[in-house]
Amino acid sequence: MMRRRILSFCAALAAFAFIAAPAEAMQIERVVSPGGIEAWLVEETAVPVIVMNVSWEGGSASDPKGKDGLANLASGLFDEGAGDLDSETFQKKLAATGAVMGFSEDRDYFEADFKTLADKRDEAFALFGLAVTKPRFDPEAVERIRAQIATIIARNMEDPGWIAAQGWYKAAYGNHPYARPGDGTLKSLGGLTAADLHAFTRNVLARDNMKVAVVGPITPAELGPLLDKTFGALPAHAHLPKIPEVKVPAKAKTVIEKRPFPQSVVIFGRQGLKRADPDFVPAFVMNYVLGGGSFSSRLMEEVREKRGLAYSVSSYLAPMRHGALMMGELGTKNASVGLSLSLIRKELSRMAEGGISDKELADAKTYLTGSYPLRFNSNRKIAGELLGIQTENLGIDYVDRRNAMIEAVTKDDIARVAKRLLAGDGLIVSIVGEPNMSEKLPEGTKLHPMPEPSGRPSEGAPGASQ
Amino acid sequence: MLLSREPRLHHLTATAILAVFLSTSVEAAPQAGLPSKPVATLPTAEAGADPRPVAEGPQAPEMFRLANGMGVLVIPDHRAPVVTHMVWYRVGAADETPGRTGLAHFLEHLMFKGTAKVAPGEFSKTVARNGGQDNAFTNYDFTAYYQAIAKDRLPLVMSMEADRMTGLRLTDKEVLPERDVVIEELRMRIENEPVALLQSAMNAKLYGKHPYGRDVIGVKSEVEKLSTADALDFYRRFYTPNNAILIVAGDITGAELKPLAEKYYGSVADRAPTYVRKRPAVEWPKAQEQERVTLHDPRVQEPTWLRFYPAPSQAGAGPREAAALDVLAEILGGGTTSRLYQALVVRDKVASSVQSWYEGDNLDAGDFGLYALPRLGGNLADPEKAVGVEIARLLKDGITAEELDRAKTQLVASDVYARDTQQTLAYTYGSALMTGVSAREVFEWPDYIRAVTAEDVLAAAHKIFDNANTVTGELLPEEKP
Repeated sequence: MMRRRILSFCAALAAFAFIAAPAEAMQIERVVSPGGIEAWLVEETAVPVIVMNVSWEGGSASDPKGKDGLANLASGLFDEGAGDLDSETFQKKLAATGAVMGFSEDRDYFEADFKTLADKRDEAFALFGLAVTKPRFDPEAVERIRAQIATIIARNMEDPGWIAAQGWYKAAYGNHPYARPGDGTLKSLGGLTAADLHAFTRNVLARDNMKVAVVGPITPAELGPLLDKTFGALPAHAHLPKIPEVKVPAKAKTVIEKRPFPQSVVIFGRQGLKRADPDFVPAFVMNYVLGGGSFSSRLMEEVREKRGLAYSVSSYLAPMRHGALMMGELGTKNASVGLSLSLIRKELSRMAEGGISDKELADAKTYLTGSYPLRFNSNRKIAGELLGIQTENLGIDYVDRRNAMIEAVTKDDIARVAKRLLAGDGLIVSIVGEPNMSEKLPEGTKLHPMPEPSGRPSEGAPGASQ
Repeated sequence: MLLSREPRLHHLTATAILAVFLSTSVEAAPQAGLPSKPVATLPTAEAGADPRPVAEGPQAPEMFRLANGMGVLVIPDHRAPVVTHMVWYRVGAADETPGRTGLAHFLEHLMFKGTAKVAPGEFSKTVARNGGQDNAFTNYDFTAYYQAIAKDRLPLVMSMEADRMTGLRLTDKEVLPERDVVIEELRMRIENEPVALLQSAMNAKLYGKHPYGRDVIGVKSEVEKLSTADALDFYRRFYTPNNAILIVAGDITGAELKPLAEKYYGSVADRAPTYVRKRPAVEWPKAQEQERVTLHDPRVQEPTWLRFYPAPSQAGAGPREAAALDVLAEILGGGTTSRLYQALVVRDKVASSVQSWYEGDNLDAGDFGLYALPRLGGNLADPEKAVGVEIARLLKDGITAEELDRAKTQLVASDVYARDTQQTLAYTYGSALMTGVSAREVFEWPDYIRAVTAEDVLAAAHKIFDNANTVTGELLPEEKP
């Protein structure tokens, strides 16, 4: 029942990454195994659950030419048989421990997400180690997962959010590997072989491109040897293709895919900042005010709160290894797409020209610093943070330094970065639906009365920024 | 493995629980607020109604009741100096007047529109300025509001939440644009999602006139007409301390919370009689009646197959039978070692994925659900037939000891994993208390799972499958003229 109820909660509210208090309570230890494998560990004994997250540089953008979808197909197959165990035997052994392992990829990384009850630790880690070091890729399993992914690809092509995203990446990145669909195409998927999968494993699942985060009731002395047992058989070096750097063209462009949806899905974006850019933290604070901060954001205020044009409108930064994006999303009825986009463009310009007010800056800082502990309230979330800090090379003391970096951001920093990111109309927009692109609503459609200006603090109100 | 990006069951949540704003990630959830069995009016398990302690031990929740009737539940978790603060109202979409569907959820949105002390929109902004996050959600049997925030800000959110319990002020200026927001939410969750449209139609067949037969978000033509006065009437009737419970999870004890709860919520006077929920009886399809809903949609290329069976809610079944139903769902279609996966996906190759679930989390009725996607180019008849064969085999031969052990291990493990996070724990207790299930039952759930026998599972299977009064749904491409 716990699981049933929780699934419904997650579905309703997945939004919230909360929690816990790192700071003084949380100690991150760098554990290096006798064999030289490094992991970051938070020893946490409150719940009997060990979580391990692993990432390898080398995601879907590293798929060889013509083999789009290879990393994704591999992600479905690491728990489908390994060593002496065929798929069914492996799955039954895993299920008997209660452990859960999952694999996934994004453009830059291949990732494993693993959790086990503490008292089943050794059996569960042994199965995980077998999965990543000796996958079988038996024909039955490969064909079955290939068929499963084929239906996913076909269904994606019915999904307005997926179509809009594909359209956006195509418009922004053209033929760059980042524009390819991570799942591959039906054609590329059909051509992938067991030999390709073994090559993927050899090339990507290595030790020099791997980061490991572990959280739960386990000591450094216990973890060290376990790391060698689990990962020791991986090759020392990865072999990854060189991926060119890529930028979003500064020229505005709108692509529309007409489909009979009553609500248009709109994705918009332009060039962003990489995580290592000195302006990234100011950009992060700026984005909170623009569209990252839910009800506290300007986009939400203008598009939803004042005019009721959307349930959901937001913006976010998406830094990647070889590119970076400043993105946003909107869902609005077809009639009000043009009007909503015009309001959004106005807000982007206002931010580029005027930055933010003292009050907006102060409010953003108290939220962003005060809510940081909410990202550490479960073993699973702590592991996710530890892994992210490692892959972005932010340093093992990042958790202690992070809030001071936010505090140090000034209004001038924001104005500078807003100009850098948002000046000029270079927005690339991808729309799926049957949008009315005019700023005027069609005859007969009316907006409900806008609230008059009230006496409340006007974070989002026009003219509030100086 | 079951791929996480598979458009498996997250669509099924579309018609159930709604939040005031969108969360970014969606996890697959075999949750539909579907149907189940008519249950005579049940005494609701209210916080504090059971005089026994929930359990002993440092992680056991504590319950007490304020003088005005409001229940309180405290769930200690001292890993971090933060708390999750929730107020739950014992009213939801199933309590709406016919003709005014969607009102419970609409009011949830409007609760952010201000009081004499807090200007419209300022509630969430104040929480954010204090480093907290807030949201709210509505289901058939409850509406709830919550904030996650540093422990030292708990008094602030308690005072604001208590203030809007009776102090809401609404005008058309705020209400009408928000109604448009809700209509956009309906477009996103229902009209833009062919699977949600199918599920809505199937729920209507399964539950008949019972409110579980319609979407939580309401009927569009009715939502479009909801007024400020409608919202205020509903608010005044149902939002009162004796119809609410407070849940605080996190770095706090009952002794610390009690004075705060008395100060902020104990001082709110009851303004309406305690609400006793009485809904029309569920009208299940009659025995042997096999309803079928076939939906053709021009946006669809790949077909989807769904089937709902009547089932009791957990409150109606009791924890032993509910646990057996969970184990049954796990053995039949819970994962890659399940019978349906092995038969339809691995052996017969008539499906690319298949799943079963037991949904018992609503008050009056539950459902047992099945879901299958054919392989590319496949039809729906083959998986439907194969599902029938597997169910018949299970009824005839029962289950093995190995299957039983494996399913129980997995269910107990997922319960432990779920307890890793304080707000999900708080949600679990809250939704249980709102749907006739005691906190003690939640706490002891792994024990109920461990106690399930092969005979229990078989009995549960007969209860679900013997009558064969089902609703089957088919989502198909547009018919070619």
